Amino acid sequence: MRHNRDEKRFDRTYSHLKSMLSNMTNDMVMYGRIRTTTPKAKALRSHVEKMITLGKDGGLSARRRAFAFMKSKAAVTRLFETIAPLFKERNGGYTRILKVGNRPGDNASMAIIELVEGPQAAQAAEAAPKKKAVKKAAPAAAAKKAPAKEKKEAAPKKAAAPRKPKAAAAEGEAAPKPAVKRTRKKATDTEA
Amino acid sequence: MPNPKKRHSSCKRGQRRSHDALTATGVSTCPQCGEPKRPHYVCPSCGTYKGRTVIKKDEAL
Repeated sequence: MRHNRDEKRFDRTYSHLKSMLSNMTNDMVMYGRIRTTTPKAKALRSHVEKMITLGKDGGLSARRRAFAFMKSKAAVTRLFETIAPLFKERNGGYTRILKVGNRPGDNASMAIIELVEGPQAAQAAEAAPKKKAVKKAAPAAAAKKAPAKEKKEAAPKKAAAPRKPKAAAAEGEAAPKPAVKRTRKKATDTEA
Repeated sequence: MPNPKKRHSSCKRGQRRSHDALTATGVSTCPQCGEPKRPHYVCPSCGTYKGRTVIKKDEAL
């Protein structure tokens, strides 16, 4: 029985779960912001914040405890030297989760989880809603930006074609189609 | 095998379905671009949330 246990396992074994959370924590430290499903983001939040708290401690023991979870020298180093100092003045609440809608394909609720401080947050805050130029200048964004742009440019064309729902624009399209299919199926079922 | 003894009337069917109604999703308006969006969600058309740009969208879109 698993009464009153509130941890989410995401249909994974415990070791799989641990390594998934560990990998995602490393990604958070390395990139500052990742896009994942909303439940995973919420599960990840607690782990990332604990690691940042260890980073603020800064001692050798804390470093070893962080390494025990993250298992990446590069990420631990970055956590302790770059990320943790940003949060000196903040007592908890180091991450922010923003819901971005549902994923086409399985309709999973998606979210962006990001560190509240750091380049990606500062960038977003300083840029006015429609100023893209400001963001392009930032080197971290540049790498991500290029593929993202390509996708978005391609998106309208694909949206025009009846298949391939991709961008947010496609959401409206994607919705009616399954509905049509369902009604058709129902119709055939009742006939038969 | 157990079988239904009597056919259910349309009234019974309606009573059963009285709790099946779906509620409409709330829709709010994006303060940045005025497009409709889901509350507490990043705006899908301009990519902003609470005045911050969260996802970069092209002007062309």
